[in-house]
Amino acid sequence: MANVTVEFLGGLDVVVQKQRVHKLHLPAEVVSVGDLIEYIASTLIKNPRDVAVFLEDGGVRPGIITLINDTDWELEGQTEYVLEDNDVVSFTSTLHGG
Amino acid sequence: MSYTAPSDPVNKKPVKVAQLCDLCHCRKAVLKRPKNLQKLCKECFFDVFETEIHNTIVDNKLFHRGEKIAVGASGGKDSTVLAHMMKFLNDKYDYGIQIYLLSIDEGIVGYRDDSLATVQRNQKQYGLPLEIFSFKDLYGWTMDEIVSVAGIRNSCTYCGVLRRQSLDRGAQKLGIQHVVTGHNADDMAETVLMNILRGDVARLEKSTSILTSSKGSPIKRSKPFKYCYQKEIVLYAHYRKLDYFSTECTYAPEAFRGTARELMKNLEVVRPSCIIDIIHSGENLFLKPAAGGRRQGRRRGPGTTSANTTSTTTSTGPVDGSRCERCNYLSRNRICKACMLLEDLDKNRAAVTIETDTSHDGAAKTLRSLERLAF
Ligand code: SF4
Ligand SMILES: [Zn+2]
Ligand SMILES: [Zn+2]
Repeated sequence: MANVTVEFLGGLDVVVQKQRVHKLHLPAEVVSVGDLIEYIASTLIKNPRDVAVFLEDGGVRPGIITLINDTDWELEGQTEYVLEDNDVVSFTSTLHGG
Repeated sequence: MSYTAPSDPVNKKPVKVAQLCDLCHCRKAVLKRPKNLQKLCKECFFDVFETEIHNTIVDNKLFHRGEKIAVGASGGKDSTVLAHMMKFLNDKYDYGIQIYLLSIDEGIVGYRDDSLATVQRNQKQYGLPLEIFSFKDLYGWTMDEIVSVAGIRNSCTYCGVLRRQSLDRGAQKLGIQHVVTGHNADDMAETVLMNILRGDVARLEKSTSILTSSKGSPIKRSKPFKYCYQKEIVLYAHYRKLDYFSTECTYAPEAFRGTARELMKNLEVVRPSCIIDIIHSGENLFLKPAAGGRRQGRRRGPGTTSANTTSTTTSTGPVDGSRCERCNYLSRNRICKACMLLEDLDKNRAAVTIETDTSHDGAAKTLRSLERLAF
């Protein structure tokens, strides 16, 4: 039941109603970042066609940088990371614009 | 539109020793460098990233004191970081260069007008002079008009050819002989991959050079970010909170699927250094001047000797330095590519004026949706 902030940057906000910052009160079953990603895909992304911009084969699409409290999630256990109150998770596209 | 910086995460947890930066060993590492898997804290990353670019500039003697350079600025991530970096390094290392921001307004409503607003903010943020040249002024056409005549599928062809020329023309008007662009390692590797997949060995050599100047051309071009990973450029912009624009162009090809870029991003997941590896492969492929007109690549090794080393450069086709008959722009052919495209446009305009004169902004959109339906 963590309160987390999720940010969609680098043009990725197009999949979430062009809103860069989302403050979420997560339901109890969303425990890890992996759960959060599923939650985003099923709840935050309204147009099912946009899910492919965010996910590929069920994982965050290559070319999108995931940061947990500004640290690359590769250093934080990636999907295994257990969310805590006030965590900030950001997804930044490196593929958009230029 | 204004800039909203990404937030500063505050969740400070006790840092474990294993999480410390590989360089300073005192702050928490925030990223793992793709090129060598080194774990760095923000401060060390800034330092290493900036120093590497400085070294690239010095090693390749990209600038000389007193030189005027134009940063091709689109408001996008690469050129924004480039503008910041040029200004920063020039101040720090005293290159003694004069930096201008040079923007091209292609005339794409809802896209370029917004991104130019970003460049205008950058101008204030970095205190650099800005000059904007538009397709409309230079060629009499906006991209929106071109698309309404030529169709959306050709938009990037037109746009690319005209933009390249516009940058040169703009620079020339400002009396600048050096245009610096934000092309990075990912862009280079993508081009190398595409040229290899196409079997276009001839283009490989040119695509990887950090400094290009054609004989007879007053404008040279350089790419100080040649060895910078896209990922690090984006992270740098993020941590430095640089104000960049990332909305997709209205005419951008939507699917990344099946592109060389996608292939590369997938390779990068498995082996992050693949991007530089691909560039190195590209750099080491050379054309062997073959007698029978057949071309083949060869590797350059130490002390390369081949049977016919008398001529080192292949001179096929028209000479570098010849000019377009119409506009006097450098061209390998009698008429330059831009003039040919513009000629086609004028022919087509006559045919479609009746349909397009009702709405201008909407025309491209309608065309686009029509083309979608056709698929
Ligand atoms: S996506 Fe194509 S049309 Fe749009 S700015 Fe880029 S090159 Fe031009
Ligand atoms: Zn450090
Ligand atoms: Zn011409």
